[in-house]
Amino acid sequence: MKAAILVFPGINRERDMARALRLISGHEPAMVWHAETSLPAGTDLVVVPGGFSYGDYLRCGAIAARSPVMDAVRGYAAKGGLVLGVCNGFQILCESGLLPGVLMRNARLKFICKDVHLRVERSDTPFTRGYNAGQVIRVPVAHGEGNYEADEETIKRIEGEGRVLYRYCSADGAVDESHNINGAAHSIAGLVNDKGNVLGMMPHPENHVEDIMGCTDGRGLFAGLVQHLEKAA
Amino acid sequence: MKARVTVTLKTGILDPQGKAIEGALKSLGVDGVASVRQGKVFDIELAGADKAKAEAALKDAADKLLANTVIENYAIEMKG
Repeated sequence: MKAAILVFPGINRERDMARALRLISGHEPAMVWHAETSLPAGTDLVVVPGGFSYGDYLRCGAIAARSPVMDAVRGYAAKGGLVLGVCNGFQILCESGLLPGVLMRNARLKFICKDVHLRVERSDTPFTRGYNAGQVIRVPVAHGEGNYEADEETIKRIEGEGRVLYRYCSADGAVDESHNINGAAHSIAGLVNDKGNVLGMMPHPENHVEDIMGCTDGRGLFAGLVQHLEKAA
Repeated sequence: MKARVTVTLKTGILDPQGKAIEGALKSLGVDGVASVRQGKVFDIELAGADKAKAEAALKDAADKLLANTVIENYAIEMKG
């Protein structure tokens, strides 16, 4: 799997992401600076990592979404290329129009930095095939603006098309308001675009991939992508 | 030429920051505040003297960057 990780000023999770990708795919990912106008040839996966691009000025992800490299990403996604956005990356994908909706301030206004449980809603997508449908995984979150919102019609369409892949839940998989850490609509932690090739998620699977991290539940996402690409090749 | 672009949240969009400010005003004993919505103000100086052109540029700026029209409305006000 040839991955390309986008690097914007103020991003701080790109090295964690590179480490996870190297570990699981066995290939060194390319780091692509935001001013680039194209992606490396043969890119299998574009990753928009977490952090605070442009200091979260204006709105989280707003300025990064308008950077030159994002035009290349839009073109790549339009051709069906796989794109994964984590945390600030999710915010950037929403601001760039690659995903619907927006990430608002957490409902209780607090920055949340802790492990959360996620329910994997389906396993038949490139982003979830490393898991079973209904499986509960534990991954960290670290965000102040992760409260996913969209208009009612959009939410209805997203749900109708089965595009929510990850939901906040309890350790045994119950989805309810007490486990909806940031107040997101329908406890949405991660969703895909209409074609299913662009995933945005607030939690950080790249931070739970090695025993030393205390948990390896995040590996499945990357291992699933590797499997998907091997099968497609 | 100067202009002001005001960006506000659309009606119905939850505004946790506005709610927190509302709560703080109440705890400060400021009477008569029914509700607070928070927004943003951009004071912009424009080069050139063509008012129509300036308005078009401001609309472009608001649509492309200043506002996220999924959740926000904007108003443009020319100042002389």
